Amino acid sequence: MNRIDAKFENLKAQNKKALIAFITAGDGGYETTERAVLAMEKAGVDIVELGIPFSDPVAEGPVIQNASERALAGGTTLRGVFEMVSRLRNQTDMPLLMMMYLNTIYRFGTERFFKLCDEHGIDGVIVPDMPYEERDEIQGAADKYGKHSISLVAPTSADRIDKIAKDATGFLYCVSSTGVTGMRSKFDTDFDEFFGTIKKYTSIPCAVGFGISNAEQAKVMSRYCDGVIVGSAIVKLIGEHGENAIEKVSELVSSMRKALDE
Amino acid sequence: MLVKKGRFGEFGGQYVPETVMNAVCELEKAYEFYRNDEEFKSELTELYKNYASRPSMLYFARKMTEDLGGAKIYIKREDLNHTGSHKVNNVLGQALLAKKMGKKRVIAETGAGQHGVATATAAALLGLECEVFMGEEDMDRQALNVYRMELLGAKVTGVKSGTRTLKDAINEAMRDWATNVETTYYLIGSVMGPHPYPMMVRDFQKIIGEETKRQLMEMEGKLPDCVIACVGGGSNAMGMFYDFISDEGVRLVGVEAAGKGIDTKLHAATIAKGSTGIFHGMKSLFLQNDEGQIDSVYSISAGLDYPGIGPEHANLYKTGRAEYIGITDEEAVQAFEYLSKTEGIIPAIESAHAVAAVRKIAPEMAKDKILVINLSGRGDKDVYQIARYRGVNINE
Repeated sequence: MNRIDAKFENLKAQNKKALIAFITAGDGGYETTERAVLAMEKAGVDIVELGIPFSDPVAEGPVIQNASERALAGGTTLRGVFEMVSRLRNQTDMPLLMMMYLNTIYRFGTERFFKLCDEHGIDGVIVPDMPYEERDEIQGAADKYGKHSISLVAPTSADRIDKIAKDATGFLYCVSSTGVTGMRSKFDTDFDEFFGTIKKYTSIPCAVGFGISNAEQAKVMSRYCDGVIVGSAIVKLIGEHGENAIEKVSELVSSMRKALDE
Repeated sequence: MLVKKGRFGEFGGQYVPETVMNAVCELEKAYEFYRNDEEFKSELTELYKNYASRPSMLYFARKMTEDLGGAKIYIKREDLNHTGSHKVNNVLGQALLAKKMGKKRVIAETGAGQHGVATATAAALLGLECEVFMGEEDMDRQALNVYRMELLGAKVTGVKSGTRTLKDAINEAMRDWATNVETTYYLIGSVMGPHPYPMMVRDFQKIIGEETKRQLMEMEGKLPDCVIACVGGGSNAMGMFYDFISDEGVRLVGVEAAGKGIDTKLHAATIAKGSTGIFHGMKSLFLQNDEGQIDSVYSISAGLDYPGIGPEHANLYKTGRAEYIGITDEEAVQAFEYLSKTEGIIPAIESAHAVAAVRKIAPEMAKDKILVINLSGRGDKDVYQIARYRGVNINE
């Protein structure tokens, strides 16, 4: 069974919500990323998304843009991240995803990419610039190797929510609001309506992301769905404190863990 | 040519974040409706005629023809349009569409500033709020156009990220669109981006080739043997080529910016040096490294300084229907000076790339052959920079 499915089954059995963390791979060096991933697991994170740095991250706000730029300047490559994942796999069995732009997969070779995912222990991908209508670009190869291609759904998806939700596998990535990634102080989305619509069409786990940066927000959002995703708040700490950020990252995610478990 | 929805052969598609996907679908539906709507068409024709001053002239370049000693050279004078380039054709079409769709605000990216100026102009005319994203590097190169946009009531937002040029301006416009998608219309300036943009922008620009064909029929009673246009994203070239694609005897030549030479790292020659990728909403050819990171590109011309090309061009190249050649900065500057001195026409530095290609191709053609250059824009905006290139110090 794919580690993502197993994790959500397990959480459901315990009546717990998933805490999903995003980190830009290679920002501060591979070793910082590795240490952060393991520390976050210890602090209560269930699933980690490894952001693969891209030259032109159009779905990201400034925090992840800058991290992406730093990681690339530091020589991060997709192959290097795969090697890092192999090292991580000696120490953890938690679900690991890659969040990346479609060109990175396409240019690497879609088949070859998913084969490496399988060999190195990546359980799925999130591709923010690939909408439902273009999912065939990678779906065949993802299925072949048993990897999830996580679908995204947004408040603006409107009458497309139906088909996106129905075909989703792993979990459904629910985008909290319009805009790019990054911390938000408030949301204008009507979450009752948004998640009400989604739940009409699917029973797959739903996780909400974009803008969730603290325990309080995590708590509020967990009422609507099965998991919350935190990204920019972690990436910001790493940007500010580099390899000394691990403790601060742990504090942040453990406060969110606590809020979800209350 | 369109194989499946929004595809040109293997190229095209709709690779956009989910947040804007519905807006792309809405636009597709709106455009499908209005492209066949008589009222929309007649309003646009009226704007072309009485505001943009179409049809643009097809001018016989006698001195240039004599000097080069080969084919008869005609110049399609898109530089004489209101706002000084072909960009106005697309902008009037899309701004009118935005208005019909009930959008209050338009955003645009700009490289050289010509698309930004055209968008600001149409927004002023049609009463739309307008914000233009422009790389800070380009704002330095094209300070005059920045002020021009502001005069027209637009807000110009400098983009500091990445290479601070056109591709980064597009990234930032896409981010703004994702944020303000419900009120905002993204007015893309070239035959690129997700479907329906490449098709729609081409449709608004194809009037260039249609007029050229009709004008040449009146003047010469036959089709041209060759048409030449510069290519950044490729909108003026697509506009010139489109009506001639089915005329197999007409040679179609696109001219890319070879910068300091395509064997250096400083160029923007996507067709010569690019490979297939997926970026900015489309599958097309891009300059990129082995890991799919988009290269930074270089050209003296801010308008050709883009690491990709429209998907229909990629297909015209792959199928062999059109050919693409590179022109260096130096050749373009020489052509800029040449056309100024020979015909008394100062071309945009972008268009000067096409003029430079004509200086190579026309002499190889027989005297009874006809060649048309699409002169996509006028060169006033470039005078200061060319002076600097030549080491002449002029005070602005």
